[in-house]
Amino acid sequence: MTSPETLQAKLLADDLLARYVRCLDDGDLGEWPGFFTDPCIYRVTHRADDRAGYENALIFADSRGMLMDRVNAVENVSVYEPHGYRHILGASLIEKADGALIDASTSFLVARIMQDGETSVFATGIYRDRIDISGDEPLFAEKVAVMDSERVDTLLAIPL
Amino acid sequence: MEGFDLELAARPAWRHGDYSHIPFWVYSDAANYQAELRDIYKGPVWNYLCLAAELPGNGDYKTTKIGETPVLVVRGEDGVVRGFLNRCAHRGALLCLEPRGSVKRLTCVYHAWSYDLEGNLKNVAFEDGADGRGGMPDDFDKSRHGLRPIEVTEFCGLVFGSFDPGVPDIETYLGPESVRFLKRALGKAPLKLIGRSTQVMHNNWKLYLENVKDVYHATILHLFFTRFRLNRLGHEGGIIVSDSGAHHVSYSKMDAERGNQDYASQDIRSTGEGFSLNDPSLLDSIDEWEDGITVQIQSVFPSLVIQVIQNSIAVRQILPTAVDRTDLNWNFVGFEGDSEEMTRTRVKLNNLVGPSGYISLEDGAIGGFVQRAIRGVEEDSGVVRMGGDDVTTVDYRATETSVRGFWKMYRGLMGV
Repeated sequence: MTSPETLQAKLLADDLLARYVRCLDDGDLGEWPGFFTDPCIYRVTHRADDRAGYENALIFADSRGMLMDRVNAVENVSVYEPHGYRHILGASLIEKADGALIDASTSFLVARIMQDGETSVFATGIYRDRIDISGDEPLFAEKVAVMDSERVDTLLAIPL
Repeated sequence: MEGFDLELAARPAWRHGDYSHIPFWVYSDAANYQAELRDIYKGPVWNYLCLAAELPGNGDYKTTKIGETPVLVVRGEDGVVRGFLNRCAHRGALLCLEPRGSVKRLTCVYHAWSYDLEGNLKNVAFEDGADGRGGMPDDFDKSRHGLRPIEVTEFCGLVFGSFDPGVPDIETYLGPESVRFLKRALGKAPLKLIGRSTQVMHNNWKLYLENVKDVYHATILHLFFTRFRLNRLGHEGGIIVSDSGAHHVSYSKMDAERGNQDYASQDIRSTGEGFSLNDPSLLDSIDEWEDGITVQIQSVFPSLVIQVIQNSIAVRQILPTAVDRTDLNWNFVGFEGDSEEMTRTRVKLNNLVGPSGYISLEDGAIGGFVQRAIRGVEEDSGVVRMGGDDVTTVDYRATETSVRGFWKMYRGLMGV
């Protein structure tokens, strides 16, 4: 029987994740760093590297400032063909929850929509999140996006 | 006859010895691509296969490709690294199905023929038949049905392979300058793999290799680098092109004072000022080179790129998968004995490179832009005349000399 604490954690995680992917897919990317604590950990990696215990990541950030720099680069510096994402999330599994932190894992599927409308599955994987609920609003203290595949089509500019 | 005429129309004359005008059909012609797989990849070249560090123990194997041909590299019971076609001698099925692993024997899943790690056929299932009937004829000689070997050599922790027994030894193949820079980048301690990734590019393999050799674009397309003045064409540096033209090294020394006025006077996007990092720790580095060089980009024809940007070190393998498609396999490395701080520094700096890299993600797309734009107009040519028409080593970088070097080697091998 799932405890009331776990159900409460699940609601908090679902709501944070829903707002997070809405920001990436439909919102203002400039608000993306605001979903994280400062300092924080944000990594994009893949299953093979994750299982091998490799430290490297496709994207690595350990502060909100680094996330803001990623947004600045994606919006103002990097050169790529315009495209957008659509994140589809699975149900979150609450791994651990106490009064201050929630550990949750959630499957994702990200479709990439190019400017000519071509739509493809860009990435699938799992978010491993540590959510800090000690403040005014839940924030990601740690977010690791583990892609199932190590292959990236063309480039990965917009964060997952 | 009609087909013959069409071919002539698509392949206009390419003047002998011209390395400055590149006809676009070389990037899209299917027959030419098949000829490249034969004359270049199976020719007298050393193809990068894997890191020696990926085969730490006896019996460890790694599968990869030379051109489109599957090969496997395995460390034998005697500690020697050997290479074979990844193909059973019986019916030609793939032998190793996984990218890497560790085995005592190499056994085919199809009919359980198995080989020792030196490629000798050791066991044939039901060789003597079943219930005394069937089986292999008496004149079947297992020693004549081993795995097909390829030439293998190791240099600076890199394993190379070749189909051609006549390929020169690796140091002769590379030439003294490429040897010197490979030792600079990778030679100070055993390599340690810290991550991998594959970037799928929608372009012919040559467009990526040219892009790597093209120093001209680096500070223009990749705005990020230029804005932080980590690499501007005016910085001290140079380009070394091997005598054959095949390999190159470009290097530069960061100097915030030099070369900025040049950019301000050009009509290019790279100059935007007022861009600063909220968290400059991204670019923190530890001086581990002691020669002042901050950027080293090196190519070894036809499939290897070594990149050292301060403490960010990557070994990139270029693998063609179709005439208009290429896999770029990134191996991010450090050295055995790296401190935690050094590893963290490398990981942070690696935000610059890879499929999401601030200064490399564009390279995943730019070749595709060429591949799309030349479709149907392959009778035209591109031009690479920056710095003149020569293939020479120079101590400046506003030149396309190393791109011309590629075509010198290419035209020689291909006989075009």
